[in-house]
Amino acid sequence: MTEEVLVADHTIEYTYTRSTGPMIGAFLTGLRDGKIVGCRGADGRVIVPAVDYDPVTSEDLSETVEVADEGVVTTWSWNDRPLLGQPLDHPFAWALVKLDGADTSLLAAVDVDDPSKISTGSRVKARWAEERVGSITDIAAFEVV
Amino acid sequence: MSETAEAPGPVTIVETPIHLDYKFTPGVAQSRFLRALERGEITGQRCPKCQKVYVPPRGACSMCGVATDEEVKLSGKGTITTFCVTQIPSPGLVPPYVTAWIRLDGSDITSMFLIQECDPAEVRLGMRVEAVWVEESELVPDLGNIKYFRPIDEPDAEYETYKDYV
Repeated sequence: MTEEVLVADHTIEYTYTRSTGPMIGAFLTGLRDGKIVGCRGADGRVIVPAVDYDPVTSEDLSETVEVADEGVVTTWSWNDRPLLGQPLDHPFAWALVKLDGADTSLLAAVDVDDPSKISTGSRVKARWAEERVGSITDIAAFEVV
Repeated sequence: MSETAEAPGPVTIVETPIHLDYKFTPGVAQSRFLRALERGEITGQRCPKCQKVYVPPRGACSMCGVATDEEVKLSGKGTITTFCVTQIPSPGLVPPYVTAWIRLDGSDITSMFLIQECDPAEVRLGMRVEAVWVEESELVPDLGNIKYFRPIDEPDAEYETYKDYV
C-alpha cells in the first residue's frame, strides 16, 4: 500500500530593524518628503541613492544633492511573472534609471503594460505612493513620460 | 514618538521584513507521525537493530543507518530531563515560562515542549509530566495539537532512568 505523504504551506518571516546611517537616512527622509536625494562623491559625481562612503576612495561623504524625480532608462529587463514583495503585482520592467542631475543609475520598476512600451533612452518619471513613510516603496514605480 | 505630522524628524531607523513562503514535505515516516497526532496519539518508530525508539520518526536510525518501520504508540507521559525558565517575552508567551526537554515514556530521544499549570520554581529534573491536548474537534496533523505538558501526581523518575539525556 502506498501512503500519501503530507504537504503543507509554511511561511518563515522576520522583521529586521536597522539603523540607516546618515546618508541613507537622508535619502529615505527625502523620499518621505517627495524628493530624491543623492550625494556628491569625492570626484564630484552625484551618486543616487546617497551613500555613506565614497565607492572609489572610501572616504566619508556628507554633501547631499537633490536630483529630479525624472530621468532616462539606461538599461532594462522585462519581468513577466512578478513575485510576492516586488513593487508591482502585474508584469513590469526592471530598469536602471539615470535621474536628471545624477551621474549614477537607480534600479526601479517601470510600470508599462508591454515591453514594446519601453526602451533604452525612454524618459520616465516617478509615481509616488499615496502615503509616504520614508521607504524605497515611497516610489510606487516609474512611468514612461 | 515625539514626532508630529507637521515636522517629522529625519528617518534613522527602518524595518526590513524578510518573508518566504514554501511547501514543507515531511516524508513518509513523519506523515504517519502527523496523522497519528491528528487522531490524538503520539507514535514513534523502533530501530530493528539497536531497538531505540525515535519520536518524531525520521524513517531511519541515525546511529545504525537502517530504515525504521515498526510503529510504536506512546502514552503521552514523560520525564523532564533538562529545562529552562525564560524571563523575557516571546510572541504568545507571558514570562516567566518554562520550556523543557522531555523523554517520553518508551522513547529514546527527547523533545522540547512548554511546561504549564505549574509554578516555574517547582520544575525540576526527573519531574513526571503529561501532554495536554487541544479539544478533539481542533485536532489537525500538527505537533501544535499538544498545547503543553503539565505535572502529574507521580514520584520523580530515578536519575538513572534519564541520566543519559540531561
